[in-house]
Amino acid sequence: MDNTQSIPKHTNKRLAKLKQSLSDFFLTLYNINKFILRFFREAFVPPFELKEVVRQCYEVGVRSFTLISVTGFIVGVIFTKQSRPSLSQFGAESWLPSLVSIAIMRALAPLVTALIASGKVGSSIGAELGSMRVTEQIDAMEVSGTKPFKYLVCTRVLATTLTIPILSTYTGFVALFGGYLNVTQNEGTTWTTFIQEVFEPLTFTDFVASLIKSIVFGFTIGIVGCYQGYNSNKGTEGVGKAANGAVITAMFLVFIEEVIIVQITGWFR
Amino acid sequence: MKKVAVQADQNNPVISIRGLKKAFQDYAVLRGIDLDLYQGENLVVLGRSGTGKSVLIKIISGLLKPDEGMVKVFGQDIAHVTEDDLQKLRIRIGFSFQNSALYDSMTVRKNLEFPLVRNKRNLTRGEINTSVETVLDAVGLSQTINQMPSELSGGQRKRIGIARTLILNPEIMLYDEPTAGLDPITCIEINDLINEVQQRYNTSSIIITHDLTCAKQTGDRIAMLLDGQFQRTGTFEEVFNTTDSRVKPFYDYNFIE
Repeated sequence: MDNTQSIPKHTNKRLAKLKQSLSDFFLTLYNINKFILRFFREAFVPPFELKEVVRQCYEVGVRSFTLISVTGFIVGVIFTKQSRPSLSQFGAESWLPSLVSIAIMRALAPLVTALIASGKVGSSIGAELGSMRVTEQIDAMEVSGTKPFKYLVCTRVLATTLTIPILSTYTGFVALFGGYLNVTQNEGTTWTTFIQEVFEPLTFTDFVASLIKSIVFGFTIGIVGCYQGYNSNKGTEGVGKAANGAVITAMFLVFIEEVIIVQITGWFR
Repeated sequence: MKKVAVQADQNNPVISIRGLKKAFQDYAVLRGIDLDLYQGENLVVLGRSGTGKSVLIKIISGLLKPDEGMVKVFGQDIAHVTEDDLQKLRIRIGFSFQNSALYDSMTVRKNLEFPLVRNKRNLTRGEINTSVETVLDAVGLSQTINQMPSELSGGQRKRIGIARTLILNPEIMLYDEPTAGLDPITCIEINDLINEVQQRYNTSSIIITHDLTCAKQTGDRIAMLLDGQFQRTGTFEEVFNTTDSRVKPFYDYNFIE
């Protein structure tokens, strides 16, 4: 008896769909790897687009500055406020600054900054490059003997990789300031004592791990936004998809990277 | 501006295409094309929408890869040149896009400077300014130098798009639907500009269009793309002096009410 005949038709269809999805997934993975390799091949070879890198750094920093300031401050206040009842059960309110500093510097500052930048910067890169692709502006650069990948992709990825660690450090300090305001209001701790207690539990490894994390997040946001935009098609619908895809993929990868980096840095503590 | 008859150098093809095939999924767009573009001539490629006219010039400029066949530009096979050689070839080819493809985040000046400063890195500020002013003057839009593309009309955008290609002094010009979406007066102005570019810059051009007025005013030679192949090639009169039901409607629609 023929085996295929014994399998119901809808199961065959599902199998074919699954096969197609898997092949699409691996093709995308291959293309992303190619895209990343191309970045490393082109970004560090002259001529450099330094002016454009600086302009993009400014764009990334300024675009996210207000949102990151507000969010960082709120995260600091809320985290301190929410942690107090748990610590007070053990009479350990005095550990609040240390707890806040560990949580913010090790995890919250890089993560919150990366998530906000994914939404704000990633989507804007995806939409900008996507619209340049569908209006043939990227093709126009290519046929005029210029290198659009270097000008559009390398500059943006370098900008996010350089700027997001700076933003992340800034978020950390704003969040700590939010935490301080809450602590000083409730426990009457002075600024000097607060700062002493904040830095006491932190080690060099914490700062390095946080910095590495931010660099990886920044690179991810830039490369995902650029990949989605640079390879978009299907007209205006493609632009929307590129912006949306840039945010969702970057956020998803940021969480995965967070887990991996926490595991790795855990071995060094 | 009246079209001046150009004696093309038939021994010197700048573009030579043999057996070119291109398909998208199962649909064969170009089915074995042979074509030569000679030094100094304006060749108009006519055909219905979706017949692969734009695909042809995208292959010539290296934006698309051919499935089969050979496309030689200045004697070099475009599908087999290195990335560096392709870059060098592209500087010698100007491509005017259907929707102009101006960089909408840059002013007209920056649009024109963009290819220039990246291809000729040792130019002084004075030389860059002179080149920008010269090409803007050539397309008659000197006053728009500090405007953004969004502030320009369709015709002005086309002209700036052409100026951006002229700034590198190309030897070949590829025009993709230069008069699409423009009013008749602006169409005539663009046609005049194409002829002016041919004479002033001594370019050889391929003009993709389905506008017969444009074809008549600018073309030294017409090639009619039908069913993925060039079926009729010659002067305007030679191509349209026919009862072929695939060609005649073109003429009737454009010139007979």
